[in-house]
Amino acid sequence: MAVKLMQGNEAIGWGAIAAGCRFFAGYPITPSTEVAELLSRELPRVGGKFIQMEDELASMAAIIGARIGGLKSMTATSGPGFSLMQENIGYAAIAEIPCVVVNVQRLGPSTGQPTAASQGDVMQARWGTHGDHPIIALAPTSVRQAFDLTVKAFDFSERYRTPVILLTDEIIGHMREPVELPDLKTIQIFEHNVTEKPEHFKAFRNTPDGVPPLAPFGVGYRYHITGLFHDEVGFPTQRLDEIDPWLERVNTKLERNIDEIALVETDYEPGARLALLSYGCSARTARHALKVARAGGRKVDMLSLLTIWPFPEKQVEALGERVERIIVPEMNRGQLAGEVERMVGRKKVVRVTRANGEMVTPQMVLDAMEA
Amino acid sequence: MSEHILEAATLKKEEALLPQANWFERSETLQKLRKTKKFPTIWCAGCGIGVVMGALIRAIDHLGLDNDQVALVSGIGCTARMPVYMDFNTLHTTHGRALAFATGLKIARPDMKVIAIMGDGDALAIGGNHFIHAARRNLGITALVVNNSIYGMTGGQYSPTTPFGRKATTAPYGNIEPPFPVCELAIAAGASYVARSTVYHALELDKYLTEAIAKDGFSLIEAVSYCHTTFGRLNKLGTAADMMRALKENTIARTAFERLPPEEQAANTKIVRGNFVNIERPQYTAIYANLISEVRGGEK
Repeated sequence: MAVKLMQGNEAIGWGAIAAGCRFFAGYPITPSTEVAELLSRELPRVGGKFIQMEDELASMAAIIGARIGGLKSMTATSGPGFSLMQENIGYAAIAEIPCVVVNVQRLGPSTGQPTAASQGDVMQARWGTHGDHPIIALAPTSVRQAFDLTVKAFDFSERYRTPVILLTDEIIGHMREPVELPDLKTIQIFEHNVTEKPEHFKAFRNTPDGVPPLAPFGVGYRYHITGLFHDEVGFPTQRLDEIDPWLERVNTKLERNIDEIALVETDYEPGARLALLSYGCSARTARHALKVARAGGRKVDMLSLLTIWPFPEKQVEALGERVERIIVPEMNRGQLAGEVERMVGRKKVVRVTRANGEMVTPQMVLDAMEA
Repeated sequence: MSEHILEAATLKKEEALLPQANWFERSETLQKLRKTKKFPTIWCAGCGIGVVMGALIRAIDHLGLDNDQVALVSGIGCTARMPVYMDFNTLHTTHGRALAFATGLKIARPDMKVIAIMGDGDALAIGGNHFIHAARRNLGITALVVNNSIYGMTGGQYSPTTPFGRKATTAPYGNIEPPFPVCELAIAAGASYVARSTVYHALELDKYLTEAIAKDGFSLIEAVSYCHTTFGRLNKLGTAADMMRALKENTIARTAFERLPPEEQAANTKIVRGNFVNIERPQYTAIYANLISEVRGGEK
């Protein structure tokens, strides 16, 4: 494929189409709007459908409804809209409806600074909706990766029947880079294949792998979907013998497949006693600092997390055993660093944070190495 | 079907109290209920919601729709529990969002009949924005609003349709807010079909629901019901039977209302039943199908 100059938000739109997304519902919000603009233009060209809803509550509801109707679906938003979507993100999680939610993070809380970048929604992506629930969040560090991880988000959402958050940021979203897209024929997305007859179909069956196949509405499987605690066929229940196995399955299905879900990039050097750990736009800062430090003769490891949630505990724990100190640059007040501390202990972690809309600079990271 | 209701009405009292032979198999209405599980319903004895459920099933049956082609989408509340009892594709969503879920489903499956079932609080308070925008888009969904003037499930708080002055657990001195006129709101927002009846007038509900579901456009049915458990108790309106009787006595057909002299119309306090709007407007999913066709140069 030819090399194109492309914005992160555009790459997300093209990634969605490549992954087979055929429904988008959204509400305008800076800095995510280019995703909606591109898909309003491109979806009808591939027979897909776009709708601008009355708000983000409705956008989130509509993409779940469309997926129940059989179309792979996505929405895109930023902080304030992401807050409004939390209600139905929880619904998608408990009803196990695949869908992709793009959050192009901006500076918050509240209206904050709409055009300024941030990584302040790391914890909201994990715990924004109420109650214990499974969730996947992926964070691209480049325009090409925005495309790749959007495709991955669709694959994960289908494979594990869960909402997936593409947790990007204003910098990746608005940055333009030359990109060579992969051969679209090589893209494969998990497809649900229901083999049971309707009378034996259980949409919420407690299968050994934790993910029962999903049938869309209108093809002969007349079943019930609810946000209430439900039994294997979807009827509301208060019986603990029905609730407990279901809760256990839903809340462990991602951990059971963590080796497939936890995507990281490592750049390790033998003998390094110091590591950089970052994600999203801040991983670019870290990478620059890494280059400078290594040019100066210092041995440094680098771990980039592409999967933020579920947290790649194994990889971070292993890094903690390799090195004495881990520097975590991020554009918030230490939301991910707290998770790293949970794995390796507080003494090993150095937080390099900035939450005023400006990026963490490579110099801030280099200074932390010297300290 | 309706014949069974008429037949039941001809039975003597002692006969009516006895189970009739093959009563389940003989009733096409009951055949569309789920045979698997989840009865009895969660509704209080004497509740009007079951009447609306019967009318909805009879309407679907009358249209000869395949059960697979029907999706019932609901929000949260007593009325929103209705779909689980019926043998269709049923989706019980979050509070207020039934129409937003239904929007995605209908756009994904324009061939399906999508019916959004809501109470007054669900449709008009927390879901009020979705209500007017679904009507504005003229998306081919039937919105069925069971209006019992109160939040029943949470125990009797005032809703956007609680009449002025009536008591609720959160309006202990009487409601100081005027109510939404549900049908008029849908008409102003652009609905293609709008009708109102009550749970006393079950056969009329059958008819309006049949027309609404057949309509290719946004249709609204306001089924006026009552909540004797909360609203009735707080406002000393008697038993379920008393409140059902009040629906008979305190309503007037649109045709009769229109024959009244203007001064009597102005002074009318009765609920007007009838079909208020039945117009042809381009339906959203049809317009979008054309858009796709045009964008792709005639290719479907």
